[in-house]
Amino acid sequence: MSDEAAAVVETPVSDRPVLEVRDIEVNFAGRIGVFGAMLGKKAADAKAVAGVDLTLHEGEVLALAGESGCGKTTLARVIMGLIKPQRGSVLYLGEPIKDLRAYRRRVQMVFQDPTAALNPRQTIYEIIAEALRIHRIHEGPNGESEEQLVARALSRAGLRPPDRFYLLYPHELSGGQRQRVVIASTMVLDPQIIVADEPVSNLDASVRGEILSLLMKLREELRISLLIVTHDLGLAWTVADRVAIMYLGRIVEIGPAEEVLQRPLHPYTKALLAVVPEAGGVDRPILAGEPPDPTRIPPGCRFHVRCPEVTTGRAAAAGVEPKCTGEDLGLTELRPGHFAACHLAAMGGPAEG
Amino acid sequence: MPQIPVGPEVHVAVRRGPPGAPEEVPPPTVRKVSPRRIRWARRRRAVARFWHQYRKSKMGMIGLVILLIFAGVAVFALFSNPAATNPALTTGQPRLHSPSLTYPLGTDNYGISVLTLVIQGSKTSLLVGFVATVITMLIGTVVGIAAGYRSGVFDAAIMRVTDVFLVLPWLALAIVLAAILGQNLTVIIMIIGLTSWPSTARLVRAQTLSVKEHLYVERSRALGASGWHTVTRHILPNVMPVILSNTILTVAIAILSESALSFLGLGDPFSVTWGSTIDKAFSAAALTLGAWWWLIAPSACIVLVVLAFTMCGFATDEIVNPRLRER
Amino acid sequence: MSVLSVRDLSVTYQTTGGGVPAVRGVTFDIDRGEVLGLAGESGCGKSTIGAAILRLHAAATKIEGTILLDGENVLEMKPGRLRAARWSGASIVFQGALHALNPVKRVGDQIVEAITTHQLAGDREAKVRAGALLEQVGLPPRRIDDYPHELSGGQKQRIMIAMALACNPSLVIADEPTTALDVIVQAQVLRLMRGLERELGLAMLFITHDLSVLLEVSDRLAIMYAGKIVEEGPAEQVFHHSRHPYTAALAAAFPEIGDIRFRHRPSGLGGDPPDPQDIPPGCSFHPRCPKAFEDCSSVEPHLYPAGDGRRAACLLIEGALASAKDGAR
Repeated sequence: MSDEAAAVVETPVSDRPVLEVRDIEVNFAGRIGVFGAMLGKKAADAKAVAGVDLTLHEGEVLALAGESGCGKTTLARVIMGLIKPQRGSVLYLGEPIKDLRAYRRRVQMVFQDPTAALNPRQTIYEIIAEALRIHRIHEGPNGESEEQLVARALSRAGLRPPDRFYLLYPHELSGGQRQRVVIASTMVLDPQIIVADEPVSNLDASVRGEILSLLMKLREELRISLLIVTHDLGLAWTVADRVAIMYLGRIVEIGPAEEVLQRPLHPYTKALLAVVPEAGGVDRPILAGEPPDPTRIPPGCRFHVRCPEVTTGRAAAAGVEPKCTGEDLGLTELRPGHFAACHLAAMGGPAEG
Repeated sequence: MPQIPVGPEVHVAVRRGPPGAPEEVPPPTVRKVSPRRIRWARRRRAVARFWHQYRKSKMGMIGLVILLIFAGVAVFALFSNPAATNPALTTGQPRLHSPSLTYPLGTDNYGISVLTLVIQGSKTSLLVGFVATVITMLIGTVVGIAAGYRSGVFDAAIMRVTDVFLVLPWLALAIVLAAILGQNLTVIIMIIGLTSWPSTARLVRAQTLSVKEHLYVERSRALGASGWHTVTRHILPNVMPVILSNTILTVAIAILSESALSFLGLGDPFSVTWGSTIDKAFSAAALTLGAWWWLIAPSACIVLVVLAFTMCGFATDEIVNPRLRER
Repeated sequence: MSVLSVRDLSVTYQTTGGGVPAVRGVTFDIDRGEVLGLAGESGCGKSTIGAAILRLHAAATKIEGTILLDGENVLEMKPGRLRAARWSGASIVFQGALHALNPVKRVGDQIVEAITTHQLAGDREAKVRAGALLEQVGLPPRRIDDYPHELSGGQKQRIMIAMALACNPSLVIADEPTTALDVIVQAQVLRLMRGLERELGLAMLFITHDLSVLLEVSDRLAIMYAGKIVEEGPAEQVFHHSRHPYTAALAAAFPEIGDIRFRHRPSGLGGDPPDPQDIPPGCSFHPRCPKAFEDCSSVEPHLYPAGDGRRAACLLIEGALASAKDGAR
């Protein structure tokens, strides 16, 4: 490995928070049929997000990772204003959001499936220009015409020359190009924040890197903050400044990517890292069972039912097991900038690994 | 013939080159592209693509040819002299004459040429069919999209009203309305329009519900789009094809309904339609008198036009409904 | 003798727009107790190969070459023999397995049906075997009376694996079996499959787009691009020391956490895989290849020995260019 490759890339992260999520809680009402209701049954509500705080800084890439059903996509949709949370608030530049329309000019979303996110009956030009029309922007800040703004957005997203794409339909493009169109359609409004929900998991492996490079380039050139929702910790390693791990509606660990991914504190993060396939077939322990049901959240630490520290008795040996099974806990700063919600880690054990 | 872009011609490759190479944002293109021109180009291409596929359907083409012939006849009728159907002016003509060179479809009991009756009837029948369909479509689309887009109590309330209209026996209603409002073409059109929109509304609502779930609708919401924008830019264009193929089938039903109403004597007594011609032939006991042509000619017209509309409708349906196309 | 031996396999789909070559001359072997991982992007032909082995194609599809399953050519089998081979010779686990179970039948009965259809056992015997199979795939035998909706995604996939094993096949084809599963459940299923393969001495063809999964389960890897195998060899070698630029690019899409080379440096290829009806001349990868040189657009490379039991189809391999030009003459 050359020295040049090893050099850490300068990132344009500042300490200025652009987006703050305060104590968000989202419940989805449980479903029971008409007959169930007549019999007096009550459906348990699913707690998709159960009290989450999160801060996104200017120019920062924050990866939000976890298994499906952990609430990461729900949280992203709350930030986009697509779901109204039961509790909590989203602050943009330190202020609660008053004008959702104005806010949406500044916060844009990139979806997992670009094919589904594009209207098959619109041409690429119309797709890109749509955002301008929605916000009744007839010319750019420097007097650019609509067509010039569209052309610039397309070329920023790497679709060049832009006018060759104007009249095409989404189905005439490849998967990677479609995702570029989605990104271009967010760029046309000059957003400050992009929320990307699994932006590359529907794309072919060889195309993923290009899309990620594009997002990184936009962040560097335009100081855009990115919140990337993903299940892929390898992706988090490649692009994120900070990583947050979610489990059953809560953030259980958050900190700089190097810290969280290389020196994880929470047993769940360790379990996730253990299944990132690496050099073949090493018999690493794999967490048993499946993600639990969000309608029945266990008391105490919500991970304790599956936690290897508890099941192997290490937590009992350290004397924290009663806490694990009985005492709910929030995030604690255990190392500089590195927070985790684990009773065992909080008291200094187990040996780091 | 418009060019249909297919295959590699439209496949534009993205930038090729080493990743991470510096990318200059080029100055915007000089060529003037107006959004309106793009919209028209898109529409032209959509129509061209539709026609390209439609042409392949033998059934659709036969139906279209029949319809064009009838449309031509109706236009001819508009400019021809309707006096030929005035019994007072045909006294010199032979009555109940069987088909001959002078009277290709024979004459009726007033000596009026059945061919003239059929030609004049085509004008009225098609007019009633189209206008009633437009009413049906307007009400059905507005109600269907409103109910489908604004789900919840609003949707439930609208759909119950629709259900009431759906189960109303339309014939009984038609008789009552004709009795109250009088017998003229406008009333006939209103009756057909007002009784046939519920099924369209149901169809449009179902389609709206499915389109509404698409990610691109959510994307436009995330962009800050209003409900009106979402409906006009995303839902309507995607529901439109279904409405279109349904429209064509509805015209056929409207023409049949008009004939049925006229046949029952509820039609406009002063206008000549296929249904009223059959009605008169029937009342005059045409069959007993052996004047079969008097009955057969208008009946054949109804069957042909309804069949043609159905054929076109099915052909369109197959294009706009990809699930049918796969079969 | 190899359990599966594929020679010069070509598969061409017939469409209204002419023939679409999905697989263009592929050769490989799988031995007893060996897992061959077949990787590539969507449309590269990897799933087509899986389906061709069991002849699961539409009638109009043109298949050329030979596919020897336990020494018998699948492409020449009579319909009756083929049906027998389809579950007891080689079975398949699909990606869509989560929807492949009949929702109104108990899972046990579905396994029993798989056994009795091939007249391997009577009803009672089959039921005993179904219970044993469930244990083998790590499910409690009482699950035999469950309906599919009572099972989670991972459990359903385990049932599908049990069904694939029901008739003691010598070859199991796994087509993206873990793609729809969550990472931890995916790791559980992969470990199970690896264990079963070792325990039963199965031969396995594991098809997926996820190279990192293959690294976990396969002994050997074959990388496909545009209907051809471009690199093949021991899994570790192919993944970590790729000789073909395409393999290297694919491997880079699955970064190792902690490897500073990937930090803040996502890397990928420009362009898209070629249209199967319009494959570039010469090396089909050359338009996207970062190392392409002049000859790549005219000389078509074949698989050349590239050291450590590997073969790669790249003109940059020592001696490849000379041998390719000789071959062309």
